Amino acid sequence: MLQIMADGLIMGSIIALGAIGLSMTLSIVRFSNFSHGELLGWGAYLALVASTALNAMNTAWAANVGPFSFGWGLMLSLLLACVLTALLALALDRILFKRLRKQGSITLVIASFGAALALRNLLLFWQGGIPRYYSENLQIAMVLVPRSVGGGLRVTPDQIFVLTLALVAVTGLHLFLRHSTLGRSMRATALNPALARVTGIDPERVLRATWLIGGVLAAIAGVFAGLTVQMRPTMGVDLLLPLFAAVILGGVGSIWGAVLGGFIVGLSESVAVTLVGAEYRSAAAFVVLIAILMLRPRGLFGETH
Amino acid sequence: MQELDGLLSYASFFLVFAATYAIITLGLNLQWGYTGLFNVGVAGFVALGAYTSALLTIPVQAGHLTGLNLPVAVGMLAAMALTGLVGAVVGLLALRLRQDYLAITTFGIAVTIQLFANNAKALTGGPFGVQFIPKPMQSWLGTGLVWTLAYLAMVLAILGVAYWALEKLVNSPWGRVLRAIREDEDAANALGKASFVFRLQSFVIGSMLMGLGGAVYAHFVGFIAPDDFLPILTFQLWAMLIVGGSGNNRGAILGALVVWGFWTAAGGLMRGWVPPSEQARAAALQVVLIGCLIALMLVLRPKGIWGEKLNP
Repeated sequence: MLQIMADGLIMGSIIALGAIGLSMTLSIVRFSNFSHGELLGWGAYLALVASTALNAMNTAWAANVGPFSFGWGLMLSLLLACVLTALLALALDRILFKRLRKQGSITLVIASFGAALALRNLLLFWQGGIPRYYSENLQIAMVLVPRSVGGGLRVTPDQIFVLTLALVAVTGLHLFLRHSTLGRSMRATALNPALARVTGIDPERVLRATWLIGGVLAAIAGVFAGLTVQMRPTMGVDLLLPLFAAVILGGVGSIWGAVLGGFIVGLSESVAVTLVGAEYRSAAAFVVLIAILMLRPRGLFGETH
Repeated sequence: MQELDGLLSYASFFLVFAATYAIITLGLNLQWGYTGLFNVGVAGFVALGAYTSALLTIPVQAGHLTGLNLPVAVGMLAAMALTGLVGAVVGLLALRLRQDYLAITTFGIAVTIQLFANNAKALTGGPFGVQFIPKPMQSWLGTGLVWTLAYLAMVLAILGVAYWALEKLVNSPWGRVLRAIREDEDAANALGKASFVFRLQSFVIGSMLMGLGGAVYAHFVGFIAPDDFLPILTFQLWAMLIVGGSGNNRGAILGALVVWGFWTAAGGLMRGWVPPSEQARAAALQVVLIGCLIALMLVLRPKGIWGEKLNP
């Protein structure tokens, strides 16, 4: 029981990080970005390529840090992947979405669907279809709660790292949106773009910030998914449905809604794995999606309009 | 003589697929071109139609729950009925909400259908799919060119009927209401048109055509597997509609022909030029190519080759 919840929370934190970016695109750029999942995949693989190169350059970087299965090389690669993925998101906007913005949100959705396919297959072309890992080292799970209490609880240090860093990232984003001028302009644009423009907020700057933040969070989520599960070129599209379910569940545009949505979807996935079997994992997100559409389509903390 | 036979056989295969895609693209055109409903799960609806018809018509065989051995026509009608029903459920859930929600819900249903096709082994055969799907008329036409030509004639007849019916529909008052809703829903509502009901009808009819297309595909190939209905199929169909020109039924059919031709030509070139060991990677590039084609078309010529002509 405890184990199911812990697994769900770790998966949920990954979904949450991806869902925040997706939710921000939906509320600020105003379209469902079907290529957002690919940013997770690209982030994960960019970190893999970077860490392979770094570890080859300096073996000290490859050595494990503390109890984790990875060294400073991967930490540095995570930063690099964040920057590169953010630039990728920005480039995608510059090349494609920006030109189509006048044509309405559904044209953007179609374009994002095309971009997703192109990105995914480029990744497949570049890295091949075989599952990859950051490290071949096996990690021994620590026993946090003995088996006699609630079925016991075992987690790896990597999983604790993922959960902690995810919470740090979300809190940081929250403070940024609350207190910085740019963050406030972003929230204003999400609420009312016309009014925001009248008060002198530069919409292009807000959009750029949205893509950059979405890209950074996607890269973190992708690396975490690679760290706790594995990497495949299709990992982005496999995560897309859980991301969308989390966004709608939490309510479009709500950061903490996306986080809560992510955790709920993660938990329901791990419950589904226990009850029905691992092969039906992704159906859990669909069931959550259908339930929320039936009961409360604007989500838990959604915009009221 | 033999060369001519080969050419004719190749051409008829090509045309059967093009016409099958055209049937599905017509359904998509009704949903998107005329009503503005964005369906990201077309492959799911096509798969549902293909599996329904296949499972109802296969003879009894090991490993499958069904084996009803029903006539192909019954299978095709059932395929339309079931995809229509699923379309109605999806529509009831998502069509009242903001536009994107339909896209997300249809994406979800396609993922779920793919999941069941892959995992509900007793029913669907899992990753190995369904084999020995009966090919209609084969008992008296054999398996050669004659049969392919006969099947082509049948598909073209179905396509013709679908085209004729859709033209009737979209040029009727019903079709005008659809376009009115697409352009300005509030205005249509103000005129007393229940936009939700019209949207739902359009979505269901479009879904039924997708299911029919799936069934037509299944009975031509005789074998289906989950991998035949990956998201790439959805994307190809969208490319067909956008390249051909959405909002125009002739455009949809033309798009199916052009994009399928482009796709087969690209595939043929790759097979000729790329060494066998690199084929999988080349196939990935082929998808990238068509992804760029659709993006280019959206940027440069958003109305497609044969876009909608609005009556003054």
